[in-house]
Amino acid sequence: MREESSVTGPSVEQQTAPRARLGARDVTLAYDTRVIAQELSVEIPDGSFTVIVGPNACGKSTLLRALSRLLKPTAGDVVLDGRSIASFRAKEAARVIGLLPQSSTAPDGITVADLVARGRYPHQKLVSRWSAADEAAVTRAMESTHVTDLAGRLVDELSGGQRQRVWAAMVLAQETPILLLDEPTTFLDIAHQIELLDLFADLHRGGATLVAVLHDLNHAARYATHLVAMRDGAVVASGPPSDIVTADLVEEVFGLPCVVIDDPVTGTPLVVPRSGRP
Amino acid sequence: MSATAAQTSTRHPRGQVRLPAPGGDVVLHRRGAIVGAALTAVAVLLALVSLGTGDYPLSVPEVVRAMFATDGGFATTVVLDWRLPRVLVALVFGAALGVSGAVFQSMTRNPLGSPEIIGFTTGAYTGALVALIVIGGAYASTTVGALLGGLLTALAVYLLAYRKGISGFRLIIVGIGVTAMLQALNTWLILRADLEVAMSAAFWQAGSIALVGWEQAVPAFAVLAALAVLVAVLAAPMRQLELGDDAARAHGVRLEPVRLALLVVGVALIAVVTAIAGPIAFVSLAAPQIAQRLAGSAGLPLVNTALTGAVLLIAADFVAQHALPSAVPVGLVTVVIGGLYLIGLLVREARQKL
Repeated sequence: MREESSVTGPSVEQQTAPRARLGARDVTLAYDTRVIAQELSVEIPDGSFTVIVGPNACGKSTLLRALSRLLKPTAGDVVLDGRSIASFRAKEAARVIGLLPQSSTAPDGITVADLVARGRYPHQKLVSRWSAADEAAVTRAMESTHVTDLAGRLVDELSGGQRQRVWAAMVLAQETPILLLDEPTTFLDIAHQIELLDLFADLHRGGATLVAVLHDLNHAARYATHLVAMRDGAVVASGPPSDIVTADLVEEVFGLPCVVIDDPVTGTPLVVPRSGRP
Repeated sequence: MSATAAQTSTRHPRGQVRLPAPGGDVVLHRRGAIVGAALTAVAVLLALVSLGTGDYPLSVPEVVRAMFATDGGFATTVVLDWRLPRVLVALVFGAALGVSGAVFQSMTRNPLGSPEIIGFTTGAYTGALVALIVIGGAYASTTVGALLGGLLTALAVYLLAYRKGISGFRLIIVGIGVTAMLQALNTWLILRADLEVAMSAAFWQAGSIALVGWEQAVPAFAVLAALAVLVAVLAAPMRQLELGDDAARAHGVRLEPVRLALLVVGVALIAVVTAIAGPIAFVSLAAPQIAQRLAGSAGLPLVNTALTGAVLLIAADFVAQHALPSAVPVGLVTVVIGGLYLIGLLVREARQKL
């Protein structure tokens, strides 16, 4: 596997555990009075492509919202670079952590280039205008998501797959070392899902730390370097997919009997369900 | 280098104009800039025509000459002292109403969003009615009553809609409910009032700028100028709100302070106008949508919305003053056009949803 080769620079002396800039420490997550998770702790290893999986309503999206400071924990702390993320100024945090939300709204009549440019907001001051750095970031973001040719098109006119790449470009234009992706492939067909996941894999190889919530366990096992399996608001297992994805784990987490074989293409674990009925 | 230039041109095939400025370029969309220039020209032309129309008619060159004449002849008195306040008020109030509407529509992400929907106008009417009934018909007390009524209503709607933050949709629903209740109260007040009070109230409620002179216009302009600066500061986070709450917050927008500031500025803009002129419907609703369609811009364009609002209100005032058999308050004209516009908008929205 390629994961060791890429990210860490030559100067860094590796400690035994990979450093984690971002993590949740003993957080309790709740919407109003409905508690989703209690005393949950998760570390996001630097330079990893972390994927969070689990059954519906296990709290995986809620955890991602907390990591992206969209949801304030009722207890515990989300920690970024050793400090509570709540102590960061909003724009300061937005220069470190980017988020691709589950749903966003494109304003009427906006072009692809203009939408991508809105990702530059955290880098702009109250009165500062469009800078060369803004221009370069937007150009780069559109190139790496292959939407440069669509730059002048209206976002409303695009297909679902194109649109999701444009939203990804907007997050990339934010130029954050950490990217959070909330079910980025949900409404796409299989070809566009793979296209988008390959794009994220490229970003990961380029040095970014990614955290994604994915529904498809096989996609997760194929693309993740670090897998977090959740159930009922708690982490059941975490680690490299080839170490932790077993038939027992899948049955424990999803309640689904299955066989785990090697993916014939990548060699990563491939989950093949048996019938759900006894 | 040529590769970069080619990329820039593919990136902006719809056309952008870049003005170098300290701290980076100012990016203007070409079509937006052209539309803005055209709207400015129309506004100036309508203003000149308005200044020349009336019992003492003047041609456009005569108007211009009267404005810059130093001898202070009768034409100068007519243009500068009698007609200019009303024309400037139409332009500036139209712009303020338009921007107020753009702020509300961006914040609620809804083309039906306007200061009216959160009950400001109806509450202002209630306040004016109470002032008329309790204190009597003085201009100042009606103004203060309208301001208090409108602001209290807006505050009540905000607090009722607040639940760990404000959602645009909840604001609209609560606003509709509160508006309906206040309308019932207003009707009851009118029915119980003396005939004279009811007449004054009806006149106030029609919305008119006919009686506005320099002494009201100048302080109003000063407040509106200060509010314009605030709108300029809030414009960038407002653009982010258009992307949805999650994306805006992920980009580092502090949602609740920004929303509250937008609400305050939007209400303040319409409060100034309503205090002086009474309720003038439709401009805040329509100007942002018309400007967006004209300029083909992303989201609601603030400068073009202001210009569109100015053109709409001065045109409506011209119709109210000169084009009908007898002069009517401008609010009446905007209500009639606004009703038609609203029906059109609803039909279009309904078709899109089917």
